[in-house]
Amino acid sequence: MKALKQTLIDWVEYRTGLESAVKNFLYEEIPASSGWHQVFGSVAVFLFLVQAFTGLLLTFNYAPTPGEAYNSLKYIVTELTGGRLMRGLHHWGASMMIVVVVLHMTQVFLFGAYKKPREATWMLGVMLLLLTLAYGLTGYLLPWDNRAYWGTVVTTQIASQAPLLGPYLTRLLGSEGNIGVVTFARFFALHVLLLPPITAFLIVLHIYLVRKHGVAPLPGDAGITKKFFPEQVFKDTVAIFIAFVILFVLAVAVKVPLERLADPTDTSYIPRPDWYFLFLFQTLKLFRGSAEVVGSILLPTLAVVALLLAPFLDRGTAKRLAQRTVAVGIVGLAAIGWTGLTVTAIVTTPKTSTMAEGEQTIIQDWQELSPEALAGIGYFREEQCSTCHNLTEGGSKVGPALASTAIRRTPAWMIEHFKSPSQLVPGSSMPPIHLSDAQLAALSAFLLKLTPKNSKALESAPPYAVEGAMTYQANQCGTCYTVNGEGMKVGPSLNGLFKRRTKEWVEKQIRNPKSHSPDTIMPSYDLSPREIDQLVSYLFSLPHTKSISIAGIEMQRYLQGQD
Amino acid sequence: MSDEGNKATRRTFLLMVIYGLWSLMGLALALPAAIYLLWPPRPRKEREWVEAGSLVQLQPKTPEELVFRRNRVDGWKISSEKATAWVVKTSDTEVIAFGPQCPHLGCAYHWDPQNQEFLCPCHASTFSIDGRVTAGPAPRPLDRYEVKLEGDKLMLGPVHKSEGPPT
Repeated sequence: MKALKQTLIDWVEYRTGLESAVKNFLYEEIPASSGWHQVFGSVAVFLFLVQAFTGLLLTFNYAPTPGEAYNSLKYIVTELTGGRLMRGLHHWGASMMIVVVVLHMTQVFLFGAYKKPREATWMLGVMLLLLTLAYGLTGYLLPWDNRAYWGTVVTTQIASQAPLLGPYLTRLLGSEGNIGVVTFARFFALHVLLLPPITAFLIVLHIYLVRKHGVAPLPGDAGITKKFFPEQVFKDTVAIFIAFVILFVLAVAVKVPLERLADPTDTSYIPRPDWYFLFLFQTLKLFRGSAEVVGSILLPTLAVVALLLAPFLDRGTAKRLAQRTVAVGIVGLAAIGWTGLTVTAIVTTPKTSTMAEGEQTIIQDWQELSPEALAGIGYFREEQCSTCHNLTEGGSKVGPALASTAIRRTPAWMIEHFKSPSQLVPGSSMPPIHLSDAQLAALSAFLLKLTPKNSKALESAPPYAVEGAMTYQANQCGTCYTVNGEGMKVGPSLNGLFKRRTKEWVEKQIRNPKSHSPDTIMPSYDLSPREIDQLVSYLFSLPHTKSISIAGIEMQRYLQGQD
Repeated sequence: MSDEGNKATRRTFLLMVIYGLWSLMGLALALPAAIYLLWPPRPRKEREWVEAGSLVQLQPKTPEELVFRRNRVDGWKISSEKATAWVVKTSDTEVIAFGPQCPHLGCAYHWDPQNQEFLCPCHASTFSIDGRVTAGPAPRPLDRYEVKLEGDKLMLGPVHKSEGPPT
C-alpha cells in the first residue's frame, strides 16, 4: 500500500514536479524569530478563498438585475436550505476580511517590515487593501434593498465630486441619471468578474515577493532559520481556524438584514454605509459646502498616497518595536481617530431602521386612508388618470380637477360613471375604465377622500404602500381584518402590528397560517415575494394610534393569539 | 524521553492538529454547500387546484384536449403559463385527465379518433383510452393529473407519474 502510494507520487513527480514544488513551498527557510505575529497574511488569503467560494455559491441562485436580484436573494435566504448560512458567511466574511487585512498591515507597519528591499511587497499590499474596500463598495448594491440602493446613491455622488475625473467616473459607473440597471450591471461585473482575478493575481505576486525577499526577520535576529512547515504552518492553521470559528458563529447567529425592496421614492430613508466606511462618512460631515471635496476625495487620496509611500518616508534602519515610537504613535492616533469618527457616526445616526415604520411621530395623510382608498391610488396610477385630470385646480388638462369635483358625488354614481362616462356626464370624452367592481369601488373610495388640502400628500403615497394595499384589497383581507377602523373584526386590528410581530412572522402567517396555529380559519395565500414584501411593509407602516371602539379592543385582546 | 523522541512526538502533534483543523474546516464548508446545492427548495405551497374547464363541454368517452393557465413556481419567480391536459369523461361523476407528454421521451401525443387510441408521433407508442400502452416503446401508462370535481367545474392538481407495467 505504502509502496503503491510512493509509486504514484513518483509517477506524478516525474511528469509534473508537483511534489518538489509543494516541498519547496513548505520547507522554505524562515527566520527563527517568526511566530504568531505573522499569521494575519495567511488568514487574509484564507478569507479571500472563503469569499470566492461563498460568492460563487450565491451566484448560482442569483439574478443580477435590479428587482430580480432582491427576489432571488430572498429566495436564497428563505427557501434554500443553507442559503442563509451562505449569505451570512459572505457578508460577515467581508467584514472579517477588512479587519484581518488591517491587522496584517498594522503588524507589518509596526515591525517596519516594509523597509528596503520590501517596498514593492508593501505597495502591492496597499493595493490589495484598496481592492478589499472596492469589494465592499460594489457588493453593497447587490442585494438591491433600500439600504443597498441609498448607500450606493451616496457612493456614486461622492465619486462624481472627484476633481476633473468626476464626470467620467459618473459615466463609468452608469450613474448619470439615477441608480438603475446600468449601475447595477457595472457593480455586479466589477464585483464578480473584474475584481476577483485582479485580486488573485496581486495575491500571487505579493506572496512571490514575500518568498523572494524571505519573511522579514525581527531586528537583532541572529540569522538562525527554521522550516516553514510544520511550526509556522501550525500557527497559521490555528489562527485561520479561530477566524473561521468566529466567522461561522457570526453567520449562524447574527442575521444579515434584507430590508424592503429598493424604493427610489422613499424620501424618509437615511442611508448609512457599512461599518468600515462609517469613519469616511463622518469625515465628510466635518467639511461643508465647497470644502466637502476635501473630506470626500482629497483626504482619502492623501491617506492612500501616504500609505503607498510609507517605505520611502521611513528610510531608517530596522529597529526593535519598542524603539519605533513614531510608528507606534501613528498607529495609536489612527486607531483613536478611526474609533472616534466611527462612534460619532453611530451615535448620531437617527434610529430609523430599528424604529418600525409605523412608529413615525408624524402620521402621513396616506397612512390614515382605508386600504381600499389607498389601493384606489394604485388604480388611479395604473389607469393613468392623471393624463387628463389634475387633482387640484390649475394646469390645463382635458378633464376636471378631481379634488374639488369628486366630493359632491356618491360612490354609486362614481362607479356608474367610470363604467360609462358619457351616460352620466353627457358629452364626456372620457373613455370607460375597464376594472372590476371592487377595483372601481377602490378608485372611487380614493377620489371621495380627496380634498384640495390633502391631495398633494395623498398623491405622493409611496409605491410600496400603494401596491401593498392593492394586494390587501385584491385578496380581500378586509373580510377578516380591520385597518384604520375599516373592515371586519374576525381577526385583530392590523394597526400597530409592527409592535406585536416581526416581519418574518407575518410573512409566514400569510404564506402558511397553520404553521402558527393549527386550527386557524385563515386560508394560506400564495403571493409573489414582491407582493408579500410590499403587503407586509404596508401593514408595518400603519400607525398604531388609530382609535378603535372599546368592543374592538376587547375583541382584539381576545383574538390576539391568532392574528 | 530523549530529545530526538520529544521532537518527533511534537512534530506528530503539529501534523495532527494541522490535518485535523483543515479537515474540519473543509467539512464545515463543503457540507452546507452540498446541502445548499442539492436540497430541494422549501415548497411555497402544498397543492394548487386550477380550473381547467367545465364538465358540460365534454362528451362521454371522447378525449378532449383542454388548455388552461396555471402558475408555475420557477425558482424565485412564479410564472403563469399555458398547460394542456387530455381529458376523458368516463361517467357523469368521473373524469380522467392525462398529462400531455408521452411517458417514453416526452413528445406531445394526440387522440386518433379513427383507431380510437392515443398516438405518439415520435416513436409510434399507442395508448388505450384509459392510458394503458397498447404498442410501442413507452415504458409505462400515461401520467395523470389529480382531478377534483366542483359541481360542473373540472379542477386539476399536479401531474403524477404513473406506475406499474405498461399494460
